[in-house]
Amino acid sequence: MSLNAKDKSLITGIWSKISSKAPELGAEALGRMLTVYPQTKTYFSHWADTSPGSAPVKKHGAVIMAAIGDAVTKMDDLVGGLSSLSELHAFKLRVDPANFKILAHNIHVTIAMYFPADFTAEVHLALDKFLQNLALALAERYR
Amino acid sequence: MVEWTDQERTLIANIFANLDYEDIGSKALARCLIVYPWTQRYFGGFGNLYNADAIMNNPMISAHGVKILHGLDRAVKNMDDIKNAYATLSELHSEKLHVDPDNFRLLSDCLSIVIASKMGYDFTPDLQAAWQKFLTVVVFALGRQYH
Repeated sequence: MSLNAKDKSLITGIWSKISSKAPELGAEALGRMLTVYPQTKTYFSHWADTSPGSAPVKKHGAVIMAAIGDAVTKMDDLVGGLSSLSELHAFKLRVDPANFKILAHNIHVTIAMYFPADFTAEVHLALDKFLQNLALALAERYR
Repeated sequence: MVEWTDQERTLIANIFANLDYEDIGSKALARCLIVYPWTQRYFGGFGNLYNADAIMNNPMISAHGVKILHGLDRAVKNMDDIKNAYATLSELHSEKLHVDPDNFRLLSDCLSIVIASKMGYDFTPDLQAAWQKFLTVVVFALGRQYH
């Protein structure tokens, strides 16, 4: 489900709206995912604390959200733009790609909470398509 | 049988005690039809679904969204036997309505997002966990009688 011009415009629009809060949103989404989908904690057994608001969650949430923000600038070639991140996820992290969908849902929930007026159904649609394409690009090198 | 902690029962009861069915039900169904357009296949007789604005303002869709949301009431009243509480509804969705059960999951996700929009910071991670667990159980029960 590739992105059309309207999707791209909505995505850059919502991202510029939320970018100043990106680290906080990332921490919130990641913390939520670890709480609501406990199976995702299996990837973080090396963290002392996986609860929302903890130091590792805040730090890593910010890292993830910054990478997504970067992907927004590479929307026209996600596979090319994310190739090294894809290698990282494929060969080192080996995160089951089903989890990308789970994180995407929690990103939607978080943005809906913080920016309810801006997260319209059409923005939700565009962002969902973008995150799906991002997930595909991230899984590109898996096999 | 599903085990519910006291905290989960309380959290879920609180959501329903404060639920604005008219607002949340209509918005959740409209959002589902917009974000996952293939779900419109079940709504051929519901008038104008041509674009997002038409869907958001469609009175038949709004009314149906409210009806669907009230469908959750029987789960709240039968928390300890949701599977059987939904047996006839499950058969209806399978045999008469022919709805792919994956759609229940899509609507559930939209419902969670609409509630998150309304509650903001009050939609805590623990509340989200209890709410989504509740919806997962209902969705499973609704798909149970398909064959």
